[in-house]
Amino acid sequence: MTLLSLDGVSRVYATRRGIIGRPVPVRAVDQISLSVAPGRTLGIVGESGCGKSTTGRVALGIERPSEGSVTFQGAAMPTPGTPAWRRMRGRLQLVPQDPLGAMDRRLTIATQVEEPLIIHAIGDKSDRRDRVQALLRDVGLRADLAERHPHELSGGQRQRAVLARALATDPALLVCDEPVSALDVSIQAQVINMLTDLQEARGIAMLFISHDLKVVRQVSHEVAVMYLGRIVEHGDPEAIFADPLHPYSRALVSAIPVPGPRRIERVVLTGDPPNPADRPSGCAFHPRCPVAVAACAVTTPDLRPAADGRLVACHLVPAAGGTA
Amino acid sequence: MSDETLPRAAAPPRRRAAVPVGVMMAMAWLALILAVALLADAIRPFGITAMDLRARLQPPIGFGGTSWAHALGTDELGRDVLSRLIESIRISLLIAFGATIIAAVFGTTMGFLAAHFRGWVEQVVLMLIDFQASMPFLILALSVLAFLGNSLPLFVCLMGLYGWERHARIARGLAIAANAQGYAAAVRHLGAGPLRIYLGHVLPNIASTLIVAATLSFPEVVLLESGLSFLGLGVQPPMTSLGNMVGYGREYITRAPWIMLCPSAVIVLTTLSVSILGDWLRDRLDPTLT
Repeated sequence: MTLLSLDGVSRVYATRRGIIGRPVPVRAVDQISLSVAPGRTLGIVGESGCGKSTTGRVALGIERPSEGSVTFQGAAMPTPGTPAWRRMRGRLQLVPQDPLGAMDRRLTIATQVEEPLIIHAIGDKSDRRDRVQALLRDVGLRADLAERHPHELSGGQRQRAVLARALATDPALLVCDEPVSALDVSIQAQVINMLTDLQEARGIAMLFISHDLKVVRQVSHEVAVMYLGRIVEHGDPEAIFADPLHPYSRALVSAIPVPGPRRIERVVLTGDPPNPADRPSGCAFHPRCPVAVAACAVTTPDLRPAADGRLVACHLVPAAGGTA
Repeated sequence: MSDETLPRAAAPPRRRAAVPVGVMMAMAWLALILAVALLADAIRPFGITAMDLRARLQPPIGFGGTSWAHALGTDELGRDVLSRLIESIRISLLIAFGATIIAAVFGTTMGFLAAHFRGWVEQVVLMLIDFQASMPFLILALSVLAFLGNSLPLFVCLMGLYGWERHARIARGLAIAANAQGYAAAVRHLGAGPLRIYLGHVLPNIASTLIVAATLSFPEVVLLESGLSFLGLGVQPPMTSLGNMVGYGREYITRAPWIMLCPSAVIVLTTLSVSILGDWLRDRLDPTLT
């Protein structure tokens, strides 16, 4: 039973270099297949510019995939802007990275949390007021903050307010795009705990996008590691964080600061992530890969099940029940 | 801010600074002007065409004038300047407010349409904006008035055409910026329809900029009306307007400057008041400035 599934989804943008340059297609997301089950969390990790956020936007239905299909609750995602698409917005919601930018600075918190209820015609006036109060209580905002404007709140309070708005229509899926990156660590922990509590209480599925591996490890039931628009490793977070198979995951995991002596050797990557408009041949990671062999520059590895059932896209990782 | 030991207020007290003196004066002046415009028929001492050839070019009280019947003096035909001024205020205000409102509403609508639909709709709107900006407005006004004749409603609509492209540009740019990221996108993702997004969120957020643009175009419309009236294309005698009075009073500027100075002073004070009020209103409408 899946709630949301992305099937071979690609998102291609055209960029132009210089004034008279020819448009170059950029595959921000390339042939991604994912699924999220009800009440579960899928974490997506990767460097900046690897297509995490684009994947989230495609999953939300805000952007249409250039190739492949997105299915939500067994039906194809409607075209953005249509009445069917608008009705569906109550079922999947975004928790953005920048809560101040996502709020109307002229309106009070209560007005903004009430807005989705008005849009989707839920309840009458007094009913909506009660719901807003309950939502603010659920996300841990004091009742007297309801009449404040966004700029009068702290960062953590704003993130809670945005979350209250996202939860107003009781969505089945939340796409959290770096929801805690802008917060300091103590507030991060509070917001993360609140998210997992709300998930348990309401049975919401989450697509949790972050570059912070510790956070992803804490909230996710499944993790996908992305590199340059593709998934390179996908599976159980404990397995991936304990024993990363793909060389890129290994470098990522080894970058997590740990107290005391290090158990995994630190792998330091050289160079920058390549330009998606000019992706290396074969495995996109091979120019930075410490263990690359000749085949890596020629053929692109497929995402195949490895020994313990997780999916890995690397020539050097033996496939389950066979040779590479 | 979130100090729990402080006694909690039910709502934060919204500090409202006292209205500055300059703004008070601007408001008072505009209220006076509006009252004069509305009550013109009642408070006008003479008819605007009532001539008194024995009392031609009488100076106002305080400049050598003696007759309280003509407090602001008379013009070359012995018509009472005060009466004509009162009637002119009514006509000019009608034209300036009407035209500014038409320009703001039409321009903002076009800007929002362009920002919402993009594609060919935007191309057409941008083409109209460029056309409007590159066409000398006097020539357009001349041809419209020459072919369609002159009437007050037509003249107001024509003035309304002036300046719409500024509102359209501002509205389009700001709406596109809002749509691409931030609050408008967030509301869209909540499932709101275009009307709610544009009227409920984008318009209040960009209103301060549009209000400033409107207060800038208000004086321009007054001056444009004066210019057209001066060329004989605007308000036609026996009707009178501020620009019309300035235009015809020009011939007597050395011998009877009050004919021209009275309406000029009203133009200056009114446009200044609108600017001051608009500036204050912009700050007042922004909840992040207290």
